[in-house]
Amino acid sequence: MLSYIVKRIVLVIPVVFFISIVVFYIIQLPPGDYVSNYSAQMMKMGDVMTDADKAEMRSALGLDRPVYEQYAIWMKKIFTKGDFGFSFNYNKPVTEVIKQYMGLTLVVSLVSMFFQYLVAIPVGIYTAVKQYSIGDYVFSGISFLGMATPHFLLAIILMFLSYTWFGDPLLGLFSQEYVNAPWSWDKVQDLAKHMVIPVIIIGLAGTADMIRVMRGQMLDELNKPYVLTARAKGLSEGKILLKYPTRAAMNPIVSTLGWSLTNIFTGSTITAIVLNLQIQGPVMFNALLGQDMYLAGTWLLFMALLTVLGTLISDILLAWLDPKIRTEFRGT
Amino acid sequence: MARSKNPNGIQGNVTMKIIPGLRKNRVQDVRSAAKQDVEYSSQWKLIYKRFKKHKLARISMIVLGLLYFGAIFAQFIAPYSLESYDSKYVNAPPMTIRFVDADGKFHIQPFVYGLKSARDPETMRKIFQSDPEVRYKLQLFVKAEPYKFLGLFKTDIHLFGVEQPGRLFMFGTDSMGRDLFSRIILGSQISLSIPLVGVGISFVLGILIGGVSGYFGGWLDSFIQRIIEIIRSFPTIPLWMALSAAIPPRIPVVTMYFYIVIILALIGWTDLARVVRGKFFSLKNEDYVLAAKISGVSDSKIIVRHLLPGFLSYLIVATTLAIPAMILGETTMSFLGLGIRSPATSWGVLLQEAQKIENVSLYPWKLIPLGSVIVAVMAFNFMGDGLRDAADPYKR
Repeated sequence: MLSYIVKRIVLVIPVVFFISIVVFYIIQLPPGDYVSNYSAQMMKMGDVMTDADKAEMRSALGLDRPVYEQYAIWMKKIFTKGDFGFSFNYNKPVTEVIKQYMGLTLVVSLVSMFFQYLVAIPVGIYTAVKQYSIGDYVFSGISFLGMATPHFLLAIILMFLSYTWFGDPLLGLFSQEYVNAPWSWDKVQDLAKHMVIPVIIIGLAGTADMIRVMRGQMLDELNKPYVLTARAKGLSEGKILLKYPTRAAMNPIVSTLGWSLTNIFTGSTITAIVLNLQIQGPVMFNALLGQDMYLAGTWLLFMALLTVLGTLISDILLAWLDPKIRTEFRGT
Repeated sequence: MARSKNPNGIQGNVTMKIIPGLRKNRVQDVRSAAKQDVEYSSQWKLIYKRFKKHKLARISMIVLGLLYFGAIFAQFIAPYSLESYDSKYVNAPPMTIRFVDADGKFHIQPFVYGLKSARDPETMRKIFQSDPEVRYKLQLFVKAEPYKFLGLFKTDIHLFGVEQPGRLFMFGTDSMGRDLFSRIILGSQISLSIPLVGVGISFVLGILIGGVSGYFGGWLDSFIQRIIEIIRSFPTIPLWMALSAAIPPRIPVVTMYFYIVIILALIGWTDLARVVRGKFFSLKNEDYVLAAKISGVSDSKIIVRHLLPGFLSYLIVATTLAIPAMILGETTMSFLGLGIRSPATSWGVLLQEAQKIENVSLYPWKLIPLGSVIVAVMAFNFMGDGLRDAADPYKR
């Protein structure tokens, strides 16, 4: 098992290296750079930048060097100082911008994930036990709808409903008066209220998928002889259900934990843009559009790393749960 | 990640000629015997038979057929063209097509009421009310704006419309007074064709690269697998956003279209390549492939004649199931303003107007394009499910 884990981790290193190169290439792709964007904005405000001004700004920001040199400098700073560069938009180091938004991003993501498991597992069990009942059809229908509707539009519909029912579209994560207020019990309550819609939206996509998996697994397990044996020995139905088939059926759900967290993290981006949440999504969207390249690059790198890590965790969990995979890996 | 074992068995050039006559006779024997005693069905016939039993999948196929029919003949079906707008009818609500008028009189020919505009006394916002005094009859094959039918010849006949000077807004209008129904139909041309083209590119790339990887194995396989791993470690949505942000603004619609297709296909092909590779690995050790090799059949012929038919059905299923994600991808990109831009339109572009909560609460009909997205995605999902069940020979 240990050698498997070590091998998997060693495999990650070259992948991460290539990812960082590709990321840097992608953020260079848009036509123009931060300086040309900045000067265009200045133009709108009536301030004209001369070519000399631009050249000076470029050399100050290090944008006049060849791309590979910029990349090398970026990498060197990350490894030696943990410095991910400077965000031009925020006029702050990238790490500080990310720190500023990371707390709430994590809160929203973790609550969404919790919501996902809390809903998907019981519903999956229910739809499997009561297969072909009305409840099964209703939940299956909802989960299909959840997969087919683009999340951002679901967000709009929920905001609309909240607006018509409660007179408040619950935009953002805080009410106006709490945005800059220090933390207090009222602020937490306000946050909780505003998190209902984002959590439902972000969690729903994964939930729909998870319900299908859980239902399929449960149906497989329920028909196995050990269930019959347990029943023959006179165990109560509830005990049979929770003690054996549920535990076996949870395997694929538990082992994909790593993936689902990354999915929630990346999936929240668009929902956050539409709902105007103060988490990483909108910040990074603007960084991409405004050519704030180190911020956008760090974010892309971070997302890709999360995906790699998520896969790694899931692979290790899978190998831990299923000895077959361990031996197969050793074989190659 | 589980990987099947690389076979080091018989791979060299084992050439052995089988007596040609013997082989031919055998085949004929089996065929004629099959014809006499048992019913003989080809693989595709069996799949079709099983598919027919799946009710939801069949309905979905009909729905998709209608959607694509609508997209192909969009200019003919839509009463108005992409460019047509009318500042007099901004944000007009959907009209009802009626048979019975205000006096309770029944008309054989359906009609719509005219619209009269008024001001909301409280908010001073312009609102529209239907005017029972004015009736416009609905007509088939009316003459309206000229367009090119299927890009072949010029005509001005539209499937339906109302008599002049009436206007027909079945789904209402948008903030520029453009008919939403026409725009949904015209937008479906882009929204429904992008996933097809994208999946087509993924399909070809997936078969080629996955096939090479799976059939030859060795260092080539490891190399391709590493590349796929790297591409797959990019989270889809941020990568799409980053790449779309890189598309230069103010480029022709056609160029834009291909950029988006390529961005969507860039990730899509890796899934298919993995399916193909896995199937190649499991099939190339089968006895019948070994037999073909021993008989001196060339590599390319083994691939085309003996391996491809074995997993083509799986591949088609995987392709169908990849389409919904592409529809949603295009819609999302266009919705964020990173995809298709005006003057062209797609469902995502139409939904941009629903971005603001005020718009949705005042003019709820702007959510109608969402319906078409959901219908198309669900139909593809159900059809893919049905195909998957049908293509699996071990099911029931």
